[in-house]
Amino acid sequence: MIIYLLCFALFLIGLYGMIVKRDLIKIILASGIMGYAVNLMIVLFGYRRGAVYPILEKGKEAAIMVDPLPQALVLTSIVIELGTTAMLVALAIRLFNKYKTFDITKIRRLRG
Amino acid sequence: MTLPIFIIIPLAAAFLISLVGRKKDFWGPLLAVAATVAVFVLSLITFFQLGAGIRVYEMGGWKLPYGIALVLDPFGAFMLIIVALISLTSLLFSVSYIRHLGSDWKYYALFMILVGGMNGVLITGDLFNLFVFTEIALFAAYGLVAYGGRAHEFEAAFKYAVMASVSSSLILLAIAVVYSATSTLTMAHISVAMSSVGPGLKIWIGALFLAGYGLKAAIMPFHAWLPDAHSSAPAPISSMLSGVLIKTLGVYVLVRIFYNILGAPQVFLTAFMILGTLSIVLGVILAIGQWDFKRLLAYSSISQVGYIFLGIGLNSTLGIAGALFHLLNHALFKSLLFYNAGAIEMGLGTRDLRKMGNITRLLPITAHSSMVASLAISGIPPFNGFFSKLLIIIAAVQAHQPVYALLAVVGSLLTLATFMKVQRYGIRGENPVKGLQARPGWGMQAAMIILAVLCILTSLLIVPGIKESVLDPVVAAIMNKTGYAAAVLGGR
Amino acid sequence: MSEKQGLTVIVKTVTRAILPVIFLYGFYIILHGHLSPGGGFGGGVILALGFLSVLLAYGRPAAQEWLNIRVLHSVESSGPLLYLALGLLGLAAGGAFLLNTLGKGRLFDLWSSGFILPLNIIIGVKVGLSLFLAVWALTEWNPEKGDDP
Repeated sequence: MIIYLLCFALFLIGLYGMIVKRDLIKIILASGIMGYAVNLMIVLFGYRRGAVYPILEKGKEAAIMVDPLPQALVLTSIVIELGTTAMLVALAIRLFNKYKTFDITKIRRLRG
Repeated sequence: MTLPIFIIIPLAAAFLISLVGRKKDFWGPLLAVAATVAVFVLSLITFFQLGAGIRVYEMGGWKLPYGIALVLDPFGAFMLIIVALISLTSLLFSVSYIRHLGSDWKYYALFMILVGGMNGVLITGDLFNLFVFTEIALFAAYGLVAYGGRAHEFEAAFKYAVMASVSSSLILLAIAVVYSATSTLTMAHISVAMSSVGPGLKIWIGALFLAGYGLKAAIMPFHAWLPDAHSSAPAPISSMLSGVLIKTLGVYVLVRIFYNILGAPQVFLTAFMILGTLSIVLGVILAIGQWDFKRLLAYSSISQVGYIFLGIGLNSTLGIAGALFHLLNHALFKSLLFYNAGAIEMGLGTRDLRKMGNITRLLPITAHSSMVASLAISGIPPFNGFFSKLLIIIAAVQAHQPVYALLAVVGSLLTLATFMKVQRYGIRGENPVKGLQARPGWGMQAAMIILAVLCILTSLLIVPGIKESVLDPVVAAIMNKTGYAAAVLGGR
Repeated sequence: MSEKQGLTVIVKTVTRAILPVIFLYGFYIILHGHLSPGGGFGGGVILALGFLSVLLAYGRPAAQEWLNIRVLHSVESSGPLLYLALGLLGLAAGGAFLLNTLGKGRLFDLWSSGFILPLNIIIGVKVGLSLFLAVWALTEWNPEKGDDP
C-alpha cells in the first residue's frame, strides 16, 4: 500500500512541475516524470507474493511467476512517451527559434 | 470481410508515401486519395452489410481472452462512414490548398496516419489497444497543427501536446486501475467482471476516464487547448480536428466506456448533462465576442459538442438518436465552415472579420455554401441542424429536465446570432475588396459543394423509413449497454 | 550545439574502436528477444545509440559524409511495409491477420517460436533508425547561422 502511495506522490510531483514551472524544458521533464510514475504503478500491479521473474529457462521448472502482461503494457507505454517527448522537444526548438525565449509566460501571442 | 483492412489501408498508404513521395511529387496526393476512397467505399459496404449484428475478428488467431480482438458493431460502423467522408473531402480540399504552403509528401503521410489511427480507435475491442491508437492519432494531429511553420502554430501545438500528455497519463492510470480490478483488458470481459466491482471503485475509474478522454473531447473544464489548436491549424486540418477527431477520440470512447463497460451509472449521466449544458452556453457566449473567424468557429465547436453530450446524458432512445444525428450534422456543417474560412483566408489573406468585405461576387461558391452552413448550424428548417437539435430538446423535455431544454434553446438562439454576425461582416461586409490574392482551386470548390449538398440531404434521415435502417440499429447498439459483452462473447 | 569539429581525438578513437561492439550487443538483444528480456524495442534503442555516438563524436558534417542518410530513410520507410507483408502472409494462408505461419520449433532454440524472430528484427531496425533520424532532424537547425522568421 505504501508503495502505491509513493508512486502517486511521484505523479503529483510531475503534475506540479508541469503546472507551476515556467521553463519549456522543465515542463518537458515534468511530463516525463509523470509518465514514469504511471509506468511504475502498472508494473507494481503485476506483483504476486513470492513469485519469480516470468522467464522460462533451460533446466528450471515453471514456478509461480509475476504477471507478464503489465510488463508488456509498460514497454509499449515507454515507447509512446518517447514519441511524445521527441515531439515536444522538436516543438520547443522551433519555439525558441521564433520567440527567442524559453519562458512560457512570454510565449503568448494567441489570446482570447 | 476482414476488419483489419480499415487500419491496413491508411497505414500502408502512409509508409508508401514516405517511401516514394520523396522522388516524384504527384505520388503523395495520388496514393492518399486512392486510399481514402477505398476506405470510404468499404465503410459504406460494411455498414449496410452489418445491419444490426456484431462482428468479432481475433487478431493473429489467438482466442479471447488471450488475444486482441477487433469488434465492429453498428455504432463503430456509423462513425467509420463519417470519418471516411470528412477525410475524403478534406483531402480534396488540401490538394489545392496545401500548394500554397508548400506541397509536401510529409503532409499526406501524416494525414494518412491520422486517418489510420482514428479507424483503429473505432474498430478495436481491447482497452489498451484503444489507448495506443489514440496516441497514434494524436501524434499525427500535433504534427499537422504545427504544419504551416508560423510562430503561433508552434505555440498552439505545444499547448495541445502538453495538455494531451497529461490526459494520456490519466488514461493510463485508469487502465492500470481497471486491470488490477478485473485482470483482463478485453472490453467485453471487463464489462462482465464489472458487476463484481464495488461502486466506489467504479466512480474512481469513471472519473479518471472522464478527465482523460474528456480533455480530448474538449468539454467545458478541459477545453482550453481547442481554440488555439483549431484556429492555428491549416483549414483542412481544422475541419478534420473539429469535425471528426474530437468526436472519435472523445464522444465515441466515452460512450463505449460509460454505456457498454460501466453500464451507465446515473452519477456520470448527470455529469454529462451538466457539463454538456455548460459547454453549450459558455461556448456560444465566448464565440459571439470573437473577431477572428477561425477562433469563433472553434468556440462554436465546443458549444455544439455540448449538445451531443446533453443528448447522451439523457439515456433515452430519442436523446441518443438526436445526439448521433447531431454528431453527423456537426461534422458536415462545421467542416464546410472551416473550408470557407480557408478559402477566404487564401483569397483575402486575413482572418479578421472586421477587415473582410463583400465577397459574394468574387467567391460565389464560398459565399453561398457558407450561407447554407450558417443556416444549418443555427437550426433553421429544412436544414439538418434543426432536426437534430429538435430531437435533443424534445428528449430533454420528455425526461422531465425542462431547465436543460431551455438552456439548449437559448444556446441555439445565440448560435443564430453568432452566425448572422459572421454573415454580415465576413461575407457581406462593408470594406471594399479589390481582388483576390489567389483563386480557390477545383478541389476546394468540389469539397464545398459536396458538403453543402449533403447538409440538405441528411435532413432526410429523420424520415421514418430511412431512420429505421440507418439510425435505429446504432441507437439500439448503444442502449444495449452491457448486452454488448454477451453479443461479443457469443459462444466463446 | 556548435560542435562542427566534433570532440577530442581520444573520444573519436575510442568511438571508432567500440562502435562494432555496440552494434553487436544491439543485434544480440534483438535476436534473443524470444528467449530473454529485450526484443525489438530495447535492441533498437541500443542500435540508435551506436549511430548517435558517431554523430556526437564526429560532429554533423563528418557524420554526413560517413553515413548515407538517403539509404537510411528508405530502409526506415520500408520496415513497416515488410511487417505488413508478413501479416498479410498470415491472411493469405487462410487465417487471421498476423497468424503464425512459420513453424514453432523446439523450446529454447534460436530459430523457434514462429515469426516473433523476423518481426523482432524488423522492429529493432526500424526503431533504431527512427530514433537516430529523429535526432538527426533535430540537430539540423544551427543557432549561430541565420534562421527563417
